[in-house]
This record gives sequence, structure tokens and C-alpha cells, in this order.
Amino acid sequence: MPVPQRVVDALCGRWAGLAVSEFRGQARVVVPREVLFDVLTSLRNEHGFDMLVDVTCVDYLRYRGAAQRFGLVYLLASTSTNDRITLRVMLDDPDPAVVSAVPIWEGANWLEREVWDMFGIRFEGHPDLRRLLMPEEFAAHPLRKDYPLQGRGERHNFPVLARREA
Amino acid sequence: MTEPWIEARFEENFLLTTVEQAINWARESSIWPMTFGIACCAIEMMAAGAGRYDMDRFGAGAFRATPRQADLMIVAGTVTYKMASRIRRLYDMMPEPKFVMAMGACTIGGGPYFKWGYHVCKGVDLIVPVDVYVPGCPPRPDSLLEGLLRIQDKIRGHRIAKQRGDGSGFMCRGQKVEDELPLPHHSGYVLAPADQEPMRDHQKVTPK
Repeated sequence: MPVPQRVVDALCGRWAGLAVSEFRGQARVVVPREVLFDVLTSLRNEHGFDMLVDVTCVDYLRYRGAAQRFGLVYLLASTSTNDRITLRVMLDDPDPAVVSAVPIWEGANWLEREVWDMFGIRFEGHPDLRRLLMPEEFAAHPLRKDYPLQGRGERHNFPVLARREA
Repeated sequence: MTEPWIEARFEENFLLTTVEQAINWARESSIWPMTFGIACCAIEMMAAGAGRYDMDRFGAGAFRATPRQADLMIVAGTVTYKMASRIRRLYDMMPEPKFVMAMGACTIGGGPYFKWGYHVCKGVDLIVPVDVYVPGCPPRPDSLLEGLLRIQDKIRGHRIAKQRGDGSGFMCRGQKVEDELPLPHHSGYVLAPADQEPMRDHQKVTPK
């Protein structure tokens, strides 16, 4: 699986402020939030990355040397050339939001819903931004690092349902 | 020497029983469970239904894919909060008389997710009434069959059209009778502490 060097060069030539690194033959690009949608569109339409493998997120709260809190990760693949590329957008705390990728890849719908559910990152323009895994009445975003590990929903807080009450 | 009252009055191959016993016998020998596997316990449930353990010996091998035809809900697996409302809905869709078996540690009390699981309901008995708890992680098919036998014991203790003790009419469904069988226990018949306050201190989070 070669590094798609021409893709990286094309991206860096077109947009400023992209940070490129490489790990085990795969390219990782940190994209500014403002140009994310254009970069994704270009990758899909001009460079043949027709498959959105995953949208996920990392919470860098209290992480050494992290300037911004959330790292939103897009994993793209090309089914024709077998190239893969990783995009990352850094977002910060009050109201982390990006433009939704659903107009580009239809499959981003549930992936973005999951990221919204677990991390609370808002996707502007998403057609149906509801919780995916947690129930609707759940208020928090549990995969954030400041979510408490203990002390919610313990068994002794609820009455056990007996047959005569059911 | 008195005349025999009922013996030799009928031809051969004639059985006599009470309506209550006949209905209970029919019910206990055709418990149709609902196909309800939500996690790894379902593998053991499937094994209990397959040839080696063969739940059909007890008339409970007809797993129904709809709650409308099911008598027994074997909750086999971790109950997440999102699944909890669905479980309650399926339980409400089942016709009476219905029974619930909590299979495995997760459905009994949250299991490994008891302390730190933000997503797991801490026991299915917070959602639906549970008749028999089958512990284990997951329980072996033997244990599941044992739980099934205990459900059969429970059905055998049912009373229909029972008059109240003080003679003030018939009892309604679900009312307790004095001669009801005690709640079954895996070690045999043991009286359950029904009105006793359950021990909850061991579950409390001690603040530091």
C-alpha cells in the first residue's frame, strides 16, 4: 500500500496550513476546520477516495502537548487504487462543530451520529443528528474524558419491579 | 364395606384429574420461549435448545420469533439502556400468563458493567418482573434447563378459580393463595424471603 504522495502534494499545493506526517506507509494529514469540506470533496471527486471507512474522534483532554481538545479523524480509502489516507481536524471545547460529510458520502450519516452521541461534536448540515447508541433521554457524552467513571445509575438507586406492580 | 365411589364405573383408559391440574400440566409442558438473545448468553441458550441438551424434552423447544406467541422471555444477555425500553415493550406484548427468566450475570445485576458501565441497565428486574434468575457468566445449558424446571414448578403452583379463605368469593388472577408453592430455589424448595427487605448495603458506593 503505497503512500499516495501525489495526493498529499496536490492537497498541500492547493490549501495552506496542512500538516502531513507518515506512519508505516500511510499518510496522515491534519486539516484546518475551515477547509475540511473542500478537502473531503476534492479527495472524493478528484483523487478517487470513494469510500469513507470511519469517522471517529479522540479526546485529548489533559494529554501531553495537546493544544486543542478533540481530534476528529476521517479514514478514507480508494477501492480502485487501494490507497488509504487519514484526515484529522482539531476542534476545541466550547461547541466543537464541523460541517457534515453526509453530502459527500451517504455512509457518514450513522458514523457522525455515533461521534455526536459519544463525544458531543456537532455536525452542521447533518440531516438527522440524533443519538445512535445511547437512549434519547441520556444527557451526557460518555466517551469524553471528563465523564465520570463511577456513581451513575447504580442498582440501589432504582426499585426492583415485582410481579404485582408490572 | 362401602361401595367404591368412582372406581370401576368407567371403561379402561380413562383418566381423572382436576381442571386446575390439567391446565397447569398443559401450560408447563408447552412453554414457548421467545427468541431473545442479546449477547453471549444467547449462545448457551441456543446450545440448550439444540440436540445435546434438547430443551424440547420439557416442551420448551419451540422458540417463537414473536412475543405474541411466547410464554417465556429468556433475557439472555446484557441489557443496555437503549434496549431496556424495547424489552419492556416486548414484555407488554406477550399474552398472559407470561414468565421472565433472567439469564446470566448481566441481566441479574449488570454483571461486569455493574460499577462503571454507563450504558448497561443494572439488572433486567428494574424493567420487567423476573421469575427465575439463572446465574453464571454465561450459565451452562444445564443451568438454563434447571431454571426452566423451576418455571415449571412455578406454573404447577398456579391456582385457578380459587375461593378466598374467608369465603368471600373467588380470587382474581395474580392473587396469592395460602397453599401456593414456595418460590423455587436451585437447591430445591426453599422459602424465599418475600417480604424481607433485600440486602443492598453491599452494592452501595462508599464515598471516599
